[in-house]
Amino acid sequence: MSDHTGAPVRVGDPEGPRTLKDLSRAGRRASSLPALDVEAAEIPEKHRRAERPWLPEVAERDLVSHYTRLAQRNYGVDTGFYPLGSCSMKYNPKVADVAASMPGFARLHPHQPDSSAQGALELLWRLEKALCELTGMARATFQPAAGASGELTGLLLMRAFHERQGDVRRRVVIPDSAHGTNPASVRLAGYEVAEVPSDARGLVDLSALEKLVDEDVAGLMITNPNTLGLFEEDILEIARIMHDVGALLYYDGANLNAIVGRVRPGDMGFDIVHMNTHKTFATPHGGGGPGAGPVAVKGRLAPFLPKPVVQRSDDGRFYLDDDRPHSIGRIHGFNGNFGVLVRAYAYVFGHGGDGLREVGERAVLNANYLASRVKERFPLAYPGSPMHEFVSTARPLKKHGVRAMDVAKRLIDLGYYPSTVYFPLIVEEALMVEPTETESRETLDAFGAALLSVADEAATEEGQSRLHEAPLTAPVRRLDEAKAARQPKVRW
Amino acid sequence: MRFSPHTEDDVREMLDALGLSSLDDLYAQVPAEVQLERPLDVPPGRSELELVEDLKRLAARNRHADELVCFAGGGAYDHYVPAVVWAMAGRSELQTSYTPYQPELSQGVLQALFEYQSMICDLTGLEVSNASLYDGATALVEAVNMARAATGRDRVLIAGRIDPRYVEALETYGKGLGFMPEPVEIGAKGTKLEDAACVIVQYPDGHGVLGDARSAFAAARKAGARAIEIFDPLSLGVLASPGELGADIAVAEGQVLGNHLNYGGPYLGIIAARTQDIRRMPGRIAGETSDVDGNPGYVLTLQTREQHIRREKATSNICTNQTLMAIAASVYLAWLGPQGLVELGEACAAKARYAAERLVEAGARLAHPDEPFFKEFAITFDRPAEQVRDTLIEVGYLVGPVVDGALLVACTERRTREDIDGLAEALGEVLA
Repeated sequence: MSDHTGAPVRVGDPEGPRTLKDLSRAGRRASSLPALDVEAAEIPEKHRRAERPWLPEVAERDLVSHYTRLAQRNYGVDTGFYPLGSCSMKYNPKVADVAASMPGFARLHPHQPDSSAQGALELLWRLEKALCELTGMARATFQPAAGASGELTGLLLMRAFHERQGDVRRRVVIPDSAHGTNPASVRLAGYEVAEVPSDARGLVDLSALEKLVDEDVAGLMITNPNTLGLFEEDILEIARIMHDVGALLYYDGANLNAIVGRVRPGDMGFDIVHMNTHKTFATPHGGGGPGAGPVAVKGRLAPFLPKPVVQRSDDGRFYLDDDRPHSIGRIHGFNGNFGVLVRAYAYVFGHGGDGLREVGERAVLNANYLASRVKERFPLAYPGSPMHEFVSTARPLKKHGVRAMDVAKRLIDLGYYPSTVYFPLIVEEALMVEPTETESRETLDAFGAALLSVADEAATEEGQSRLHEAPLTAPVRRLDEAKAARQPKVRW
Repeated sequence: MRFSPHTEDDVREMLDALGLSSLDDLYAQVPAEVQLERPLDVPPGRSELELVEDLKRLAARNRHADELVCFAGGGAYDHYVPAVVWAMAGRSELQTSYTPYQPELSQGVLQALFEYQSMICDLTGLEVSNASLYDGATALVEAVNMARAATGRDRVLIAGRIDPRYVEALETYGKGLGFMPEPVEIGAKGTKLEDAACVIVQYPDGHGVLGDARSAFAAARKAGARAIEIFDPLSLGVLASPGELGADIAVAEGQVLGNHLNYGGPYLGIIAARTQDIRRMPGRIAGETSDVDGNPGYVLTLQTREQHIRREKATSNICTNQTLMAIAASVYLAWLGPQGLVELGEACAAKARYAAERLVEAGARLAHPDEPFFKEFAITFDRPAEQVRDTLIEVGYLVGPVVDGALLVACTERRTREDIDGLAEALGEVLA
């Protein structure tokens, strides 16, 4: 992507980056439509648009080079290693894309009568069975369009469950290491956040939890392995504490990948689970979406699931059941991100039970192996053995004036997408690394060596300036985010 | 399915390097009581070939829009998706990337989102758009939250007929947020808007009718409430824009912009507003800035609204959105261009008008005979509309949904005169 001077190369792009607006020329166009075969209809004056909207006027050829260029200025999993901690950026198998684009799925209208969508409903039915088996749950909904939507759904289920028992509760407990969507979802569900601290092990502080919990607490939301990549060993005790006061346990599926086939949230005492299909089932993340956030629950919560749910009648036909008097209602306009769920189906049934278990094991193996290569220079934030990801700290480099962000930017020049930095918030100079199971040992060795070379660089003056100036080889250098926020320019 | 690259030697040598003897040792910290002692009850893994055959069998049991003639609407429409859209949006550097938190390696997605936001502003006549939401219904929920935050008021009013799925979504989210949407009749005696956070109008409405959005919005704004419009993006070459109608916040289902029907998702939630509400917008916004060398570049901006910074004080809990659908929408809009947008709107309107005439000749009644419509209209019969719909699909015509007892029929640019004549003939036979 660069020549030896560090300036971005402009092969095929001699004039540098331009927007569609720059490319637009009056009278040019890409579209052609069939000639009108019926009489034109007059739109009444008061409903007509007064001024034709501005849109780019470009030829198809312009469009293709423009978006090809944009793609080249972007890094995806297909480009290379993507060790973004907490995001599980694993390889996305291509067969899943083929499946989702079959006309029987891609060209299916959401208002089709159930009798004309039996294959789609059966797919959802089978996937629901499999996800319930993986999580140890009874029923599931596919409506949530992403993990955060799944969280809100789960919390509304919690609310409906308590209210059904005439029980008004106000607080939901989350650990201080939690992802930001947890507290935001808690508030949207009408609850207050009660934060439980992590202890010296990086696990939920049990005595603090006991003090925090009473019958005003509706539930606890946690990931396990937690956001520090560590397994909450006291999970059964945590479940007892919560259930003793009638509270529910919510499993945030962000880290489910590590334990699939080995440990099931239902067996740990959880009542509600959401899954992130891109993390656990390798659906492509699309540069920020679409995702899918199916939610599975224990039997006692099933009556409250969003409606409709997929049912199978005695004669084997599948149908969408709207007759759900205790349902929390609709959380998505239609049936969720079906096209993403088709991909998840391909992943789950392509792997099978054994394959899924193997995936989790290799994710944990890779993370532990990589951690062992780098932990002398980037110490682990907590002493426990990591699961599918590890949190290191770049604190030792601070004395050289080098920060975690500098490490991240330097990794770009070394050819990698950087690891997550400054998260979880409770770790100083955090570097959060999640290699996933899809990376080979050679990739891990090379990345480990790259991280160590950065630590070496940090000790020399010349290296420090390289670290501070990085990246030099990306399409742009460090960007002024403060200016972007102070003088927002969010359209042309 | 072969997925991870490890050879048996790799696994053994990596375990050796860790001083472990088996993979089980990696789970030593997991209490034995919670470890699953049996294999998962999921069928054994399959080769790619077998998997594709299984998926093909399932797909073949769906009667899709290439097999049926699709006049269905109700929020999802069978518009043509040109080849260039997914040839570009499907580029794997875009499709397999994460949220663009590391802007130096995410300029493609960020610029594409900046351009998407710009085109949504151009289209709606409003000033600011975010980088997408889940779908139309959840975009409406977010708009209502913005209005409640902006006005400090709680009442959520719906003027006229809106898609029932949108009402259901509002009711669900309202359970957590503490509001209940209520119908309101603008201009009726005793109607009070002074304590309303917002007035919602769908235009065209839930039966396809073009109502008086202008007056409703004027009344809302006069009372200090936010005017929220649910619009159809592909109507905006011919129909008055949200900006022209006086909307403060506009939301839409963006599926029609280059996205496939996909049985309801992934779709695209569009939201646009006036600058006054920029800091109350939910979700991601891409912004232009410059790098240390002064070269232009793009970042996610105004992030202090968002959950990863503000946690429980964020404007929304949304994290992952529908970025790829927004990129597809941008390619589609630029493919269409302004003249294409006008021609497409004119074609939909003309075909819908022709279809309404033909279906009335065949024995249907227009549910709203004196009201103008755009590409969708509602019809009734002497028998239940569901029955008519179910008979029509038998002979190859997909219509609906049925809303408040009336059957919706929508015409996109794909429907030919021959398609419409065929539907009229089939309906005539059903009703005979």
